[in-house]
Amino acid sequence: MEMTLKKPAAAPLVQRSPGYWTTVGRRLLRNKLAMLAALILLALVLMALFAPALMPSDPYAASILKRLKPVGTEHYPLGTDELGRDMLSRLMLGARLSLFMGITPVLIAFVIGSALGIVAGYAGGWTNTVIMRLVDILYAFPSVLLAIALSGTLGAGVGNALLSLTIVFVPQIVRVAESVTTQVRNREFVDAARASGASSLTIVRAHVLNNVLGPIFVYATSLISVSMILASGLSFLGLGVKPPEPEWGLMLNTLRTAIYTQPWVAALPGAMIFMTSISFNLLADGIRSAMEIKD
Amino acid sequence: MTDTTLPEALRNPDVGGPAQPLVIARDLVKHFPLKSKIPGRRAGVVRAVDGVGFEVRKGETLGVVGESGCGKSTTARLLMQLIEQDSGELIFDAQGVGSAQLPMKRFRSQVQMVFQDSYSSLNPRLTIEESIAFTARVHGIGAAEASARARALLDRVGLEPARFAGRYPHELSGGQRQRVNIARALVLRPRLVILDEAVSALDKSVEAQVLNLLLELKAEFDLTYVFISHDLNVIRYLCDRVMVMYLGKVVEVGDTETLYANPAHPYTRALLASMPATDPDHRTLVAPLAGDPPNPINPPSGCSFHPRCAMAEAVCARRAPALSDALAGHPVACLMAHADGGHSRQLAATT
Amino acid sequence: MTTPQDNHAEAQAAAPMVSVRDLRVTFSGGGKTIRAVNGVSLDVAPGEALALIGESGSGKSVTLRALMRLHPPRRTRMEGAIRIDGADVMALDARALQRLRGGTVAMVFQEPLLALDPVYTVGQQIIECIRTHASVSASEARQRALRALESVRIPSPERRLAAYPHEMSGGMRQRAMIALALSASPKVLLADEPTTALDATVQIQVLILLRELQRELGLSIVFVTHDIGAAVEIADRVAVMYGGRIVEEGPIRTLLRAARHPYTIALLQSRQHGMDRGQRLQTIAGSPPDLAALPPGCTFAPRCPHARPACLAQVPATTDLGQGHRVSCILASESAVAEAAA
Repeated sequence: MEMTLKKPAAAPLVQRSPGYWTTVGRRLLRNKLAMLAALILLALVLMALFAPALMPSDPYAASILKRLKPVGTEHYPLGTDELGRDMLSRLMLGARLSLFMGITPVLIAFVIGSALGIVAGYAGGWTNTVIMRLVDILYAFPSVLLAIALSGTLGAGVGNALLSLTIVFVPQIVRVAESVTTQVRNREFVDAARASGASSLTIVRAHVLNNVLGPIFVYATSLISVSMILASGLSFLGLGVKPPEPEWGLMLNTLRTAIYTQPWVAALPGAMIFMTSISFNLLADGIRSAMEIKD
Repeated sequence: MTDTTLPEALRNPDVGGPAQPLVIARDLVKHFPLKSKIPGRRAGVVRAVDGVGFEVRKGETLGVVGESGCGKSTTARLLMQLIEQDSGELIFDAQGVGSAQLPMKRFRSQVQMVFQDSYSSLNPRLTIEESIAFTARVHGIGAAEASARARALLDRVGLEPARFAGRYPHELSGGQRQRVNIARALVLRPRLVILDEAVSALDKSVEAQVLNLLLELKAEFDLTYVFISHDLNVIRYLCDRVMVMYLGKVVEVGDTETLYANPAHPYTRALLASMPATDPDHRTLVAPLAGDPPNPINPPSGCSFHPRCAMAEAVCARRAPALSDALAGHPVACLMAHADGGHSRQLAATT
Repeated sequence: MTTPQDNHAEAQAAAPMVSVRDLRVTFSGGGKTIRAVNGVSLDVAPGEALALIGESGSGKSVTLRALMRLHPPRRTRMEGAIRIDGADVMALDARALQRLRGGTVAMVFQEPLLALDPVYTVGQQIIECIRTHASVSASEARQRALRALESVRIPSPERRLAAYPHEMSGGMRQRAMIALALSASPKVLLADEPTTALDATVQIQVLILLRELQRELGLSIVFVTHDIGAAVEIADRVAVMYGGRIVEEGPIRTLLRAARHPYTIALLQSRQHGMDRGQRLQTIAGSPPDLAALPPGCTFAPRCPHARPACLAQVPATTDLGQGHRVSCILASESAVAEAAA
């Protein structure tokens, strides 16, 4: 018996609902605190991008005579550091490296960690055990110690610092990715997809990724502030950025002794780190709340 | 019946003929190991399905009833091959499932399932249309064609495509989502649809609508249903034959009217008597069965029902009854149905 | 020999144990106002069992919880009068409310695993309830807890006192929850779908238990369910709810045999009971109302096969058809008038 499928005459205009991310975006826009944090971050990023154009003075121009001038000095609005260089210019240029060292390791760790975590979560069994136990080994070390140990072994320098930070963050992201993937894997729509004959790869691509990447991304965003602080810490210890490059953590280190003579100037890099970290945290928090759409 | 609009590779012609059962399950066993606190020591197993055999005839609606721990959901998943059995075989239209004659992907296009939880069976990030079209695309149908099929099916299940195709699962009600699940199950014109408590979570008035829809679709698409439920009223209304399960085994199978009028197995009798009264002047005075359904981790010896059976005798604890066909066409797993069972009473043959 | 009708009439003549007048419950949150209960009035006599029947969104669970003021006070607005055992529930202060809950009114929920605290044994939870409402020694409280478990026919009650909720089977947990609810000797038992999550053979055990306890202790029971069968087993009277209002109420026999409201009739007809296989079931067209945007007038009118313009204009008045049978439908009031005139 033949049967033909009744197809609609012309594809009618289908009422499209706003997608998930559109809804998340709208909710986020309504969150005043998160929007404030986003604006601050935007300002910082723009400042970092256009620093060379915005800087009032040469950040490398040193002068022993002008060292440790206080805030509000003529020509030096935020004072000078221990080598007489303009703080404002150095802070502006320092944003580049600090933001870069905050975001990059997390970005790379997100890619690697998600891949490993999703594979571990979806495959289960021995694959899961092997990956997770290897990750556990790294996880056993406190992140600060691990970062210092790795950097110390690899040697100072931006590249090595990035590498060690990435290695610190990968296990954390793998854990979150595996946990979220396991939850999604047990949902019935994955069973339904298997029942329709789809291969594991297709299922991961079409069903798992779009449910899993969101939560992992939010978790990763909350790591950016940690990464910034760790990077600053490494520079502070002399393991990251090398002088005379401006980087907030390094500046904190070199201004350490000035805390008795010019406390305000010495605190400035710390204040920048603090402001940036808090803003990332608040933004990540806001995204997380926006994603909790109660159905 | 073949759908000529489907590509050649996906058409599912009848192979065995009308007399051949669509599904034959033989001695299916599935045990789930429990995690032991001491590594290396087995803590025990959950004997979810413990030697289940049955057949599903072409064009019928087979009901599966049982309480918690009976194994009906596990049996459904074994039928779908969502999990693999420890032992036992599954034959679909005279071909072994997973064999060279019937590779898995081909099997999957002929058997589909509708789950109980309408929300969690849909990907919350995909639109309704995308969810339905996914099944078609897995089997090689192109994107435009798959979308068109999806919309046609939405229309058929009573959800206007213009209004619903672009929506997300959380925007629909439970009844509407279940219609979507039914539409998704039908995209590839399967021959068997397994409905695992598909209407249990719906309000009664919505349930009635969905049941009507299922009846229409069965006739129109020439389907065979396996309907799992705990609601004995729905089973009686919908099913041609009923299979009763207890603690991982089949205890009785029979034609619906006969089973409801004259249940043979003591458990079936107790189960049917447990239905709430319909006349307030004739309320149930004594519960037919005491205690809770047991745990499939340590099933009783012999007949697994004997601790709760009103007619149990010493022999019942020693011997596990197999399904007997003493009552023609109405297999019962009870020692009373075997002439040499050792039980002092015998079940009368009912025709 | 007193017939059930005699007892019923006698019960009605005495002051009602639970009396609700024009209850309205509104939830605000997320920018929407949800009118869950829109003018519910009911009475439950001492020793009487009332079943609240309805589907999701009918307001039955909200009504039940409102009787004990269980809704979060900040998001909820309650209006109307609730009297339980003579006390005005809406006017109670926090301490009096705490005495009411458990001491006068107790509640049994649908899922015991969620309603019982998983980190305390059943015995500890029952003893806590007993000692909150009566100043007794620990050993006396333990004796009472044991008697509570015995009264719900739990096997080996001594052992169950020391058991955690997750160690018990579903049926036993529900019995334990009933024992907990009754441990401080309340006069009213509220039950929110207590048997929906149970297997059939366990469900009938619990229904019979509730019925026997009601008789032994003279409890008033308000029992929320979507299953008419459960109501048949326990209830003396039934109130059918739709869209936050009671559309029909009356003795159970009357409602089963002579229902007058179109929704009740449709609900009874949509059961599969008695239908032949392959025969289409009667369905109710349309979908349940959106409680955030209720239509004026009768909430069922959009789906009613007998609807008229007058139905949409205003909420139909309640017509008393005698012997406790009340309907809120314009058709019933018209035929009642016609009968009176004839």
